[in-house]
Amino acid sequence: MSDTRTRPPEDVTDAEAERLSSAPAESDSPTGIGVLGWFRWMWRQLTSMRVALVLLFMLSLAAIPGSLIPQNSQNSFKVETWKAAHKTVAPIYDKLQLFDVYSSVWFSAIYILLFVSLAGCIIPRTWQFVGVLRAKPPAAPRNLTRMPVYAAWHSDADAGAVNAAAYQRLKKRGFRAHLGTGAVAAEKGYLREVGNLLFHFSLFALLAGFAWASLGSGQGGKLVIEGQGYANTMTQLDDFTGSAFYTSEDLDAFGFKLDGFTARYQTTGDQIGTAREFTAHIRYWKGEDDTKLTKGDIQVNHPLEIGGSKVFLIGHGYAPVVTVKNAKGEIVYAGPTAFLPQDSNLTSTGVIKVNDYGEKDGRKTQLGFQGYFLPTAPDDFNKTGPISLFPADAKPMLVLTAWAGDLGTDSGLPQNVYQLNTQHLTQLKQDGDIARARLTPGQGWTLPDGYGTITFDGYQQWASFTVSHRPGNAVALLGAVCAILGLIGSLFVQRRRIWVRATPTADGRTLVEVAGLARSESAKIAEELADLAVDLQDDAPATEDDPPVPAAAEPEAAESDPTSPADPNSKE
Amino acid sequence: MHLASGVDPHLADLSNKLIYSAMAVYLIAMFAHMFEWTFGSKGAVAVRSAEQANLAETVAAANEPAKAAKKVTVTVASASGGTTTLTRTALADAGATVVTSGRDEAEEIDGPGAAGTSEKGDLAGRIAVSLTVLGALLHAGAVLTRGLSVMRWPWGNMYEFSCAFGLTMVLAYLGLLAAKKKVRWLGLPVMVAVLLILGLAVSVLYTDSEQLVPALHSYWLAIHVSTATICGGAFYAAFVATLLFLGKDRYDQRIELGLTTGPFNTPASIWQRLPAAGSLDKLSYRINAMVFPLWTFTIIAGAIWAEAAWGKYWEWDPKETWSFITWVAYAAYLHARATAGWKGRKAAYLALLAFACWLFNFYGVNIFVTGKHSYAGVG
Ligand code: HEM
Repeated sequence: MSDTRTRPPEDVTDAEAERLSSAPAESDSPTGIGVLGWFRWMWRQLTSMRVALVLLFMLSLAAIPGSLIPQNSQNSFKVETWKAAHKTVAPIYDKLQLFDVYSSVWFSAIYILLFVSLAGCIIPRTWQFVGVLRAKPPAAPRNLTRMPVYAAWHSDADAGAVNAAAYQRLKKRGFRAHLGTGAVAAEKGYLREVGNLLFHFSLFALLAGFAWASLGSGQGGKLVIEGQGYANTMTQLDDFTGSAFYTSEDLDAFGFKLDGFTARYQTTGDQIGTAREFTAHIRYWKGEDDTKLTKGDIQVNHPLEIGGSKVFLIGHGYAPVVTVKNAKGEIVYAGPTAFLPQDSNLTSTGVIKVNDYGEKDGRKTQLGFQGYFLPTAPDDFNKTGPISLFPADAKPMLVLTAWAGDLGTDSGLPQNVYQLNTQHLTQLKQDGDIARARLTPGQGWTLPDGYGTITFDGYQQWASFTVSHRPGNAVALLGAVCAILGLIGSLFVQRRRIWVRATPTADGRTLVEVAGLARSESAKIAEELADLAVDLQDDAPATEDDPPVPAAAEPEAAESDPTSPADPNSKE
Repeated sequence: MHLASGVDPHLADLSNKLIYSAMAVYLIAMFAHMFEWTFGSKGAVAVRSAEQANLAETVAAANEPAKAAKKVTVTVASASGGTTTLTRTALADAGATVVTSGRDEAEEIDGPGAAGTSEKGDLAGRIAVSLTVLGALLHAGAVLTRGLSVMRWPWGNMYEFSCAFGLTMVLAYLGLLAAKKKVRWLGLPVMVAVLLILGLAVSVLYTDSEQLVPALHSYWLAIHVSTATICGGAFYAAFVATLLFLGKDRYDQRIELGLTTGPFNTPASIWQRLPAAGSLDKLSYRINAMVFPLWTFTIIAGAIWAEAAWGKYWEWDPKETWSFITWVAYAAYLHARATAGWKGRKAAYLALLAFACWLFNFYGVNIFVTGKHSYAGVG
């Protein structure tokens, strides 16, 4: 505090006595000269409360756009749709990183500045607080009447004995007390400062936990059809996002088989069709040995932890099982193909690619089927189109159209398994119209132009999983718990000081003065002081006359009045 | 968590009837409070002197010389620059007696409450409180039977959440009354709020009592949502206190300027009967400070749940984002009061802003923004 230097030394100690927080003092103008002075000033600005407050504010403002504009990190598909619908502003938004708000330069800048500010604030505060803990409570100010709460009375007891008794009473009340010459200084409620520091430090622990997680985590997705298995390797994953320290090489070794899937739905009322239960029944193995299998269930909310990774149930759907025979009657395709749900009633779309059809009319040919799987088909969907009425398989139906030609699977380019590239395909026609079949399980369809047959044998369910490896959780959790504990201490503990001074007066009696200082949010200090004083009167009974009237505030006292500190920013 | 399947339609139906009954009772309670305020406007002026007469009496009693009496008078410097005294006497036989007396003219005095000194007003107020108790019983019964009808925690969708949230608010108010706090003046705003909340719930947000979607099959539902409910009720109470503080503060300013009415030309007698501006300010700070750690916990519990459900603690889902914004706004408010020394109006505006964020998080995000928190069961 620069302004204390001009005061007499007693005033410095008095000012010390009146400071109840280790919050740093603030200065408003650059001190010193040159670049260093400016740098110091800027640093002090950054670590000031005012700027911390502004940064906090900016952080919450900056978080808003991300909740209103679709975000790549959540749903990149939605971002694309949005971009297509808002062609003019999309490029500007892109430039401003509005589709990646939470990893954008400006959002990061705010929280990094905030944490730098926090570090710059909290480290000096910690040192200062350690100093406070090692030092004695600040000695009594010369003029106790200036303290916010004050009481005094005359007594015939011996001054030294009163001070000693006050010291004992304060100790018993849990104060850290010091018996000085002619006065007792005591302080209590350090937990407030401890809590406050703990809270702010915990914010760092939280940040560190999240940073660790984002550097060392990886997440992959996998769709598994009933009866099929999965080994946790890059080649088997449908997609994978790794990080600096968890790449596709580091995948935890394990695998599992999906034995079955249970789905239950509401069958009545206005929430008909709403899901009530999803459970994937699996058997899994850890490490390389895939013969020792353990049974397990995975539900939404109840992931299974297998060897360093957690496996989450994310979605489910149907996979129609078909058999395709070519013109010669050879089986060229057989098995389930996963269709993707489009709505909450599991109207599902998908494609079946028959790569190994062989030759037709002397030319190498491939077949593609595109269609819908409806778990509960309507009786007549001429008006509604192919829409499922209920997510469970009450009246399953497969609706197909067929294409012949070149699927493009031999081109070497990556292909979407859920889409047909119709560039080199021709749609099969019948009687001048698109050839279309609606199949119930067991039904077959003889393709036009002698392309062979397709039979809808039945269907299976599939489940999709997220396999997630995420370290740093424990650190973040610990940080969170400490933050709450610290916050409770910081908000609900009062730090306060009490001084007692018994001095012999000219007329041979003893003047007992008690005074207290606390932060202004609470009136409790007055009551605490009154309690103490009443107790102390057992040791120093008041004489009959009126209690001494507190001296009128001296004119020069106003400027250093504890209730209006000279420095408004260090307001207690 | 184990769930018995199926729904008991009788209990579900009973729950709906109870909610409507509770609303009817709350409505009458609201009218009773209105009568309380109307009757009370007549006797408001007499208050100060009555209170001071009361004070003088106690001071005299405390000053009576008693054998072995210990007496201490503590001078307390108040923030506004004045001083008050607190006198504590311990008699040999009786317990300690505390007397507070406003020595300084500038010291603020809390108003007497909605009923003023009118006996009719007081009667209306008492009737209103009795009705509120009855309403709360019906309301609690509704929440309970709703839960029993499906054998699970009754806050699985926005309708149920609203009902539970309204109930915690009423219970918090009644709890304060039971603790002998002078908060009956809160009765009218609480009744208006609970009627709005329940009205919105039964008209816009209603869904039948059913089992939960799998995403909500978790004991975190009980923890996260119940603490969120409590926070909501408390934030709301703090909001009311903040608004009244702003009104009372403006009223004080207007009186100083020589005007005779409150803000927006509201009758002065309303404001005279409310607690002092300083008391309202302190009340709103206390509630906000008390709820903040719980709100922090709520968000963390939500993050843990999200990890269990989706594999990530935090994904900046709109609901998460707005919880975070709300948290930061309240943190800024506490920070401003603790360190920047903002008291009074400036801090109050921050508190209002923070509450607006909370409101948007609850209603706005559920209804207008789509995210993973699609538990609302609306639209
Ligand atoms: C990451 C952002 C931050 C958050 C969320 C935060 C939050 C809080 C909260 C909620 C309080 C109120 C607790 C109380 O009343 O004691 C508080 C108090 C405080 N904060 Fe922060 N804070 C942040 C950053 C900072 C920074 C950057 C500084 C330093 C410039 C700082 C210094 C303080 C101080 C000195 C107190 C009051 C201590 C006292 O009461 O004696 N905080 N903070």
